[in-house]
Amino acid sequence: MSAAADWTIAEVRAALLAKKVSARELTAEFYSRIEKSNSQLNAYLILSPERAYAQADRVDAALTHRDALPPLAGVPIAVKDVISTRGIRTTCGSKMLESYIPPYDATAVQRLEKAGAVILGKTNCDEFAMGSSNENSAYGPVRNPVALDRVPGGSSGGSAAVTAARLAVAALGTDTGGSIRQPGACCGVPGLMPTYGRVSRYGLIAFASSLDKIGPFALSIPDLSSVLGVIAGHDHSDSTSASVPVPNYATEIEKPVNGLRIGVPEDYFAEGLDSEVKEKLQAGITLLERLGCKRIPLKMPHTDYAIAAYYIIATAEASSNLARYDGVRYGLRSPAENLIDMYRNTRERGFGPEVKRRIMLGTYALSAGYYDAYYLRAQKVRSLIARDFSDAFLKADVIITPTAPTPAFRLGEKTSDPLQMYLADIYTVTGSLAGVPGLSVPCGKTKEGLPVGMQILAPHFDEARLLRVGRAFEKAGGFTLQRSG
Amino acid sequence: MKINREDVLRVAELAHLELSPEEVGMYLGQLDEILTYVDKLRELDVTNVEPMAQVLFPQASSAHPELREDVPRACDIADAVLSRAPDAEKPFFRVPRVIER
Repeated sequence: MSAAADWTIAEVRAALLAKKVSARELTAEFYSRIEKSNSQLNAYLILSPERAYAQADRVDAALTHRDALPPLAGVPIAVKDVISTRGIRTTCGSKMLESYIPPYDATAVQRLEKAGAVILGKTNCDEFAMGSSNENSAYGPVRNPVALDRVPGGSSGGSAAVTAARLAVAALGTDTGGSIRQPGACCGVPGLMPTYGRVSRYGLIAFASSLDKIGPFALSIPDLSSVLGVIAGHDHSDSTSASVPVPNYATEIEKPVNGLRIGVPEDYFAEGLDSEVKEKLQAGITLLERLGCKRIPLKMPHTDYAIAAYYIIATAEASSNLARYDGVRYGLRSPAENLIDMYRNTRERGFGPEVKRRIMLGTYALSAGYYDAYYLRAQKVRSLIARDFSDAFLKADVIITPTAPTPAFRLGEKTSDPLQMYLADIYTVTGSLAGVPGLSVPCGKTKEGLPVGMQILAPHFDEARLLRVGRAFEKAGGFTLQRSG
Repeated sequence: MKINREDVLRVAELAHLELSPEEVGMYLGQLDEILTYVDKLRELDVTNVEPMAQVLFPQASSAHPELREDVPRACDIADAVLSRAPDAEKPFFRVPRVIER
């Protein structure tokens, strides 16, 4: 039974069908693991055993009646705490929503449960998904299960950590500027940011609406693909979700990569990249070449402007989205004599320092006299970055870059310097701005044993191509890549 | 300096944030550093470049869902919504006195 924690989705299914374990027993096994290690990791904020066991019992009943099993039957899954769950507290890692209980489920959660998944609980994250280290959570940072004195990355640090520590078989995160890919890299697990519009965001509590995406973490590419296959597809409740057909990922990912052109933009391997990360990436690219991929050197000349454009656009959208937290309809209210003071007191008490910083920056960028200089200019630069991608995809089928410039940094290392923290997203914000899908896969470890992440980017809606490259890399041993030479 | 203390106070006012004097000082320094960094956007010539406000998919125009018909659907969640409010008296949210500051 102890091996159950290492099972893939396919192994969970096989074990349930062979009656090696019941869904209830499997759920209990994961809760017992969580009880043992969560006080150390702080990765789960809220557990939902009542709902999890009720779902497990439904799966067990289906097994007893020999009903057809849905694709994720009995699979224990964690959900980032910015995604609404009916009847289960959803805090966004913020004091503002400490006691908020949503009256409805996000579409992604509905689809997971309809597919038989067991939702174990809600994972810790940077407040309102704003951060790159999980240290902006009002409920304390998550520790990286690979190295406890290190950050797990952010903002989906909890989801990456529970996947790495096997406190769930898979997890949902969200990615606005790198919040799935960067923690995936820091914790050594694959994480996928789907194309903008691929996965419904109904029920995702908004940070930056032109950038937010929901996507999965899992331990293998087939598992990642199984979860994506369930949550992807058009949803009439989200007008930004696209009605593009969802392919059968299970077969797509096994197709060969022979002959595929992998673009390697030199702009991502310049100054600021840790030398060990660079070395691992080069070994990873060499491995893909051995599998028959063709390396294409590229230039993506606007890469260096992406952080500046991103932090104007994302904060401008955030300042607008977070205006809703005024103490009137939900969440915290700090009483005052009159309405305006109630707004101000509530927002002062409810928001943490990074959220206030971003609201301030975004409000400034949108304010009279500064709109053209900051917000409009950033949107124009966003067009140039998107054009870099469309040009690159004329020459290459996928683009390969490091996911993050360094391995996971130490807790507290960057908390006093917001700009340094923002620069942790330097390789991920470009794809976010362009709206293309991005996958981070493990690509070996540094001498100190810290995971390195390789980012694979593909054209809009071609997650299958990303996952195919990730799968070939995984099968060839790329995830545990040894030192070259 | 890109911004001064008055700018920080003005922005806090616009954003309905009640900052402590320590916060004003901290944000002044940090926002100034960030805005100085952001200034690099001025290096680029963006004449005749369209602003990108949203991700559109030119290569898959059919990807964009037709807007659905605007047909009312049952949405009987008023009680559930009001039960989550800090202060409600059905069918209203209750707020403190609204007066000019």
